[in-house]
Amino acid sequence: MAESITIRKLKERFGDRIKVVPSPFDGMDTVAVKRGDIADVCRFLRREEDLDYDLFRDLTCVDYINETPRFEVVYHLYSISHAHAVRLKARVPEEDPTIDTISGIWVGANWFEREAYDMYGVKFNGHPDLRRLLLYPEFVGHPLRKDYPIDKEQPLVQLREEMKGVR
Amino acid sequence: MGIESALPEGIITTRLDKVINWGRKWSFFCYPFITACCGMEYMAAAASHYDIARFGAEFPRFSPRQADLMLVVGTISHKVAPVLRLVYEQMCEPKWVMAVGACACSGGFYRNYSVVQGADRIIPIDVYVTGCPPRPEAFLDGIMKMQAKVDTESILSRRN
Repeated sequence: MAESITIRKLKERFGDRIKVVPSPFDGMDTVAVKRGDIADVCRFLRREEDLDYDLFRDLTCVDYINETPRFEVVYHLYSISHAHAVRLKARVPEEDPTIDTISGIWVGANWFEREAYDMYGVKFNGHPDLRRLLLYPEFVGHPLRKDYPIDKEQPLVQLREEMKGVR
Repeated sequence: MGIESALPEGIITTRLDKVINWGRKWSFFCYPFITACCGMEYMAAAASHYDIARFGAEFPRFSPRQADLMLVVGTISHKVAPVLRLVYEQMCEPKWVMAVGACACSGGFYRNYSVVQGADRIIPIDVYVTGCPPRPEAFLDGIMKMQAKVDTESILSRRN
């Protein structure tokens, strides 16, 4: 299959700093990025006229618990004018789970990064308001990490079975 | 027949419990605590086709202080549990609670970090309506079970 304009331009601009990875399931252009490069790559994709990735679609995280680096942050971008899409993947190590924010490039990434932080504990450097998005502030840990105990609950109120003298 | 024969016409005797329970069970003031999809079934049950007005329970009260029957309809997460407890505590006696749907009864298929495994871990539940979601008929059946339960109570039993 012919190389898409996205891959060509990324290779021209970033050389070996990026790596094209196969995506047999859906055939989408998929690029592995070093975590230090993520903001540069995103800014390039957004600003380059022939690419014009103006729509931020998704950001999520995957916990590959037995691999090193452990986490992978996955980005999905789309261009409305050119109708092309790209997927970026950046590995983040367990001992320093941080990556630069892209919320300054697409505002929509703001809450997605908060969710990824909430569920996986990946911190986004430079994020304007990196609080938990869905869980309560008292929650300890990050529940979608594969080593979070599946039955562990963190109730905010005393449960009835623990109370004395209730009907 | 009995003492009525000695009384003027139009006067009958009964037990105080019976007449109070009759009033209570035919005039539930529901507080719908709706958090998920079961709420659609509650709406169907409340609307004219199924019509809980036939059971005297047609007015949802959106203040717990005016309600005597709380309907826990939908998934209760640990995040919302303090709200459920607070709303329940604000209701005046006598008060009853119906858990509607699999999630409110037991957590349903959510066995995870975020969902309370049954609303009865937070507040006492009188009637459980199963289903995911329960059909309006099941909801009405729950109302009738609730009425049957109210009928068995005595005004003395809640004094302690």
